[in-house]
Amino acid sequence: MDIVLEILSWGLLAVGSVFLIIGGIGLIRLPDVFARMHGAGIIETMGAGAVLSGLMIQGGLSIVTIKLVLIVIFILFTSPTATHALARAALHGGVRPRQTVTPKGKAPTKGGESSKT
Amino acid sequence: MLHAFSLGLVLLGLWLMLSGFFTPLLLSLGVASVIAVVWIAHRMDVIDHEGHPIHLTFRAFLYWPWLLKEIILANIAVARVIISREMPIQPTVFGVTATQKTDLGHVIYANSITLTPGTVTIDIDKDNLSVHALTTDAAENLKTGEMDRHVTEVEAHPKTDKSAPNTAPGGPAQ
Repeated sequence: MDIVLEILSWGLLAVGSVFLIIGGIGLIRLPDVFARMHGAGIIETMGAGAVLSGLMIQGGLSIVTIKLVLIVIFILFTSPTATHALARAALHGGVRPRQTVTPKGKAPTKGGESSKT
Repeated sequence: MLHAFSLGLVLLGLWLMLSGFFTPLLLSLGVASVIAVVWIAHRMDVIDHEGHPIHLTFRAFLYWPWLLKEIILANIAVARVIISREMPIQPTVFGVTATQKTDLGHVIYANSITLTPGTVTIDIDKDNLSVHALTTDAAENLKTGEMDRHVTEVEAHPKTDKSAPNTAPGGPAQ
């Protein structure tokens, strides 16, 4: 039983670390502000979530685990709000998202032609 | 009143779980601070169905596992795009319509979209959300409206909403 929990816990820690690295690579490789937010999204959902779940199994039924659960809940509630605030600030600051597929009909943003620059 | 009571209960539970001390002095100090916080929140007039949404507890517990599954699938898809050599991204901005009736429902929907990697809500105008998607797959997945339906099920319309159609409680959710 113990060995199963250990394997599960370390598996989650490894998966979380891999996703943290991939998210970091995404932050660097993706082309513009809005695309880079998706890389950050990986870090704060799968990366942090898997690592903290792995730590929860290590903690067992204790007060540490309760605190870790609270950390996960607060991350999941606050990170989309922060991401949205960042995206809105960028949009209102004049950054137009680069688009490969130009939307037909009315464009939700005025950034259709700025993608060529 | 009900909201104030449940806020006090939640705060008490939180204090007990986080402190781990059970001596009479510290317990009474904890109770005193919980009462002070509830009183201040009451004076600030922030205890209502939005600040403390107890009416959607059970539906939320049904929604989270589904959201978790979506997040994991989207994570794998975006991670695959990022580490592939030619990085096949097709960033688009498009609008989706939110069918929720309350502001709280809109917030849950917009935050769920942002929480799923590959799609980020960048602007909200009443019922219209502008969404930035990294790939066309992510965009198509959102356009099917499955997440929208799930969030609408979570949002049981509160009593204050008079414009809502008189659906039987729990009727459309099944």
